[in-house]
Amino acid sequence: MSFVLFMFFVLAGLAVFGAVALILQSHPIHSALSLILVMLSLAGLYLLMGAEFVAAVQIIVYGGAVMVLFVFVIMLLNAGEEERTNFSKLASFAGVPLALALAGVIAVAIARGSGHLASATSGELTSTKELSKLLFSEFVYPFELTSFLILVAIIGAIVLAQRERS
Amino acid sequence: MVPTSYYLVLSAILFGLGVLAFVFKRNIITIFMSIELMLNAVNLAFVAFSQALHKSDGEVFVLFVIVVAAAEAAVGLGIIILTARNRRSLNVERVDLLKL
Repeated sequence: MSFVLFMFFVLAGLAVFGAVALILQSHPIHSALSLILVMLSLAGLYLLMGAEFVAAVQIIVYGGAVMVLFVFVIMLLNAGEEERTNFSKLASFAGVPLALALAGVIAVAIARGSGHLASATSGELTSTKELSKLLFSEFVYPFELTSFLILVAIIGAIVLAQRERS
Repeated sequence: MVPTSYYLVLSAILFGLGVLAFVFKRNIITIFMSIELMLNAVNLAFVAFSQALHKSDGEVFVLFVIVVAAAEAAVGLGIIILTARNRRSLNVERVDLLKL
């Protein structure tokens, strides 16, 4: 087994372990830490595929900014153990078949479609230069739109989170 | 070299676990985190396709998804703070004003 394949299985195992832990933990802060594990191992997988810039952005934005926001809100609201109610049993009763059916549909789609793909990911580094050229030429309008989206998100977050004065 | 389908299978597993967490969990913050998990699973598929087809477009899509996810997290957590303040609970079943 080559080193790359070995690393893939290690990182994939960590990611799946983190995702399962997110479901099994009952305290939100533990779920958040499991999600950070998933995001870091996904960043490792991006590096393995040669998408170095995406890996860096994944760690900085997801592992850093977004998860800090989550942990901050959990602490701010003093979130405790989640309470189970009668409806939760119904959800777990119907949820497992639903998720299994969804995974089955996706698996069938992959099995049918993977013949068209190249058999292996290249693993060669995508240069950040090439990526930025694409981002600022072909995708320049969506790029500008995202700046507007972030502006709207900032205003929305401020409006939502401020206390009403009356 | 790792076959592309391995990455796609991992992406499908993570997405399924995200859906499972979405219907299982009762805490509104954890439900929100499972949405982030699903977005991450889709990002993995995007990068895998982009590497398999030797085009960088998929990675640009991933950057856009990350930007939208960050904006969504900011607004969503603002809404969570509001509902937690009004309902005095983080349990989604307490948010039932539309129920008959």
